[in-house]
Amino acid sequence: MLSSALDRFHDALPETLPGSLLIKQGQPSQDAWHLSRDEEGLPAYRPAIVPLTLWQRHGDQEGLAPWLSSDTVLEPTLVDQLLRAPLIAIDFPAFTDGRGYTLARLLRERHGYEGEVRAIGDVLIDQLYYMTRCGFDALALRDDQPLEDALRWLKPFSVSYQPGVDVREALFERRLRETS
Amino acid sequence: MYRYDTYDQTLVDERVAQFRDQMERYLAGRLSDAEFLPLRLQNGLYIQRHAPMLRIAIPYGMLSSRQLRALAGITRRYDRGYGHFTTRQNLQLNWPRLEDVPDILAELAQVQMHAIQTSGNCIRNTTTDQFAGIAGDEVEDPRPWCELIRQWSTLHPEFAYLPRKFKIAVTGADHDRAAIQVHDIGVRLWHDDAGGLRAQVLAGGGMGRTPMLGDVVCEDLPWQHLLTYLEACVRVYNQFGRRDNKFKARIKILVKALGIEEYRRRVEEEWAHLKDGPQTLTEAAVESARSHFPEPPRRDVSEAAIATYQQLRHDDRAFARFVTNNVTDHIVPGYKAVTLSLKRREHAPGDVTADQMEAVADLADVFGFGELRVTHQQNLVLSDVPVDEIEALWHKLQELGMANPTVGTLNDIICCPGGDYCALANAVSIPIAQAIQERFDDLDYLYDLGPLDLNISGCMNACGHHHVGNIGILGVDKKGEEYYQISLGGNSHDNASLGKILGPSFYREDVPGVIDKVLKVYVEQRHEDEHFIDTYRRIGIKPFKEHVYA
Repeated sequence: MLSSALDRFHDALPETLPGSLLIKQGQPSQDAWHLSRDEEGLPAYRPAIVPLTLWQRHGDQEGLAPWLSSDTVLEPTLVDQLLRAPLIAIDFPAFTDGRGYTLARLLRERHGYEGEVRAIGDVLIDQLYYMTRCGFDALALRDDQPLEDALRWLKPFSVSYQPGVDVREALFERRLRETS
Repeated sequence: MYRYDTYDQTLVDERVAQFRDQMERYLAGRLSDAEFLPLRLQNGLYIQRHAPMLRIAIPYGMLSSRQLRALAGITRRYDRGYGHFTTRQNLQLNWPRLEDVPDILAELAQVQMHAIQTSGNCIRNTTTDQFAGIAGDEVEDPRPWCELIRQWSTLHPEFAYLPRKFKIAVTGADHDRAAIQVHDIGVRLWHDDAGGLRAQVLAGGGMGRTPMLGDVVCEDLPWQHLLTYLEACVRVYNQFGRRDNKFKARIKILVKALGIEEYRRRVEEEWAHLKDGPQTLTEAAVESARSHFPEPPRRDVSEAAIATYQQLRHDDRAFARFVTNNVTDHIVPGYKAVTLSLKRREHAPGDVTADQMEAVADLADVFGFGELRVTHQQNLVLSDVPVDEIEALWHKLQELGMANPTVGTLNDIICCPGGDYCALANAVSIPIAQAIQERFDDLDYLYDLGPLDLNISGCMNACGHHHVGNIGILGVDKKGEEYYQISLGGNSHDNASLGKILGPSFYREDVPGVIDKVLKVYVEQRHEDEHFIDTYRRIGIKPFKEHVYA
């Protein structure tokens, strides 16, 4: 099943893919969003994910979305702006930088952001599960990551102790509910 | 002790499958060294000086005889027939083969064990008082709370890539036997005047390169909120802890930099959103956790049996020595906790052979309801021994070489594996421990010295907790040569304190002589029955310095 899904995905690949390998809602995917890391000016193409500061200056334009650096602090004014974004990307400058997990949870759980939250940067297959639990629904894999491995290990665990964006109930509550 | 249900078992089984695949991808070259590193560390696997090292979790030090037997078998099949109990209540294997580790983890899973988060920049094994549940000064058994914290922190999706490692310790007694002040977070459970259970939460303690004692973040947290509050504490650290410099990445540096008031403000601000959320504990959830730690089916011990035990203690000097040092009072009359000393000259501190593990497992079945505890002083404890069986147990321990009546004395040295095994170490530590144990082996002298913690670390990562030893010894490297720095005045018990460096460091062969000089100053200056730490606090470091460097 996995390989046929992959085949369909590869068959559907356009000649020029704007971004890197993308997994959306657990499925291999592609979309029109380009990623620009240029802090100086807007790219020519649309739609484009651009640095936060650029987006803040041009946020009213169609087809622009921000990406947040991992040290972003979600101040109230920034949150107000972000809630209007069509998509929010969070950058992992290194896969060992865990701040993005907190950012995603805050956007989802605290601020109720319902649009796409996309992981970009050093996104490796062994992080995807935690990312999904923290509220990322789009995972832009680093270019060298084997998609087949990524899909296979999207959900290595069928049970979790803590609530997350995926499961809202702590396991201790579930146990009590099931035994009562 | 805690028994897995199908959820716990599923989780560790799935963890084994995940790691097996990660190992395969690594060995096939599809995962780089750097990318495999945190994955293997979070499964306890280090690449060490001679071989990989695997650190197996013993959650809050609780171990069953069945588990210990399984560990014995694992050390025999996959290692060299012995293991090393650590200062964090875990067990390390020093010689496993890299490619065998998934199989080892699979065998551990069969006895409800794992190596999850025993290393790496994540929340580590939660540690506690080795006398939890049986200590007379206890107000709340910390083990159910440790289990709740274990579950909360295990595979926590948000906190797998923290700036640095994160250690939590919990105590529920008046006297702190869990060293909570030198942990990233320390939790002390206490009862308010109305009998309500509350938690004092400390943050920012730790040893390593920059030792610090934790500050109080919250004095009186109601128990329902323990997990949400911990989540807020760790989240603030995850967001704001330094990531640019490994040596400044622990939470203690953040707390120091912000000041405890600002750290607390951020935690409270975060917690305001998490409070009353889905991880809020309920009476039923806590009761369920408590149900895993029932009182064992103890029998009545007659007054006559207690009197006989007292008489034996009076008549037999060797037995009396053992009881005084290695036997601890129990909340139930007629029962005692017995500490098995793993400080033996022919073994490194904390080392146990596979044969000894099996023998100890048998003793646990006969004398201790099949349960054991691992202490952060690297000993083992049988927590429920009736007094009329202590003599028999004592004889068995003598045969095993685990009856050294030196628990809590200078000879009960805490020691990391050091340069003989560890790739991080600057210097060896085990030979230093052995040289000191050899020099000070006269029991009368050890008893005369009284309670004295001597802790040795082979490098400033401080796995041997040298900062909190009354006497601390740290191996340092100077231009490729091993030297030893000595500090005095550390204390990990109540009123914790960090040791002060005595002065320039010493050659390895001079260390026992220097310790001897330090002890002489203490013996000369002490008031009657004054412990080493109290004399030190009264007279300061100067008299010691003057005598040692005279």
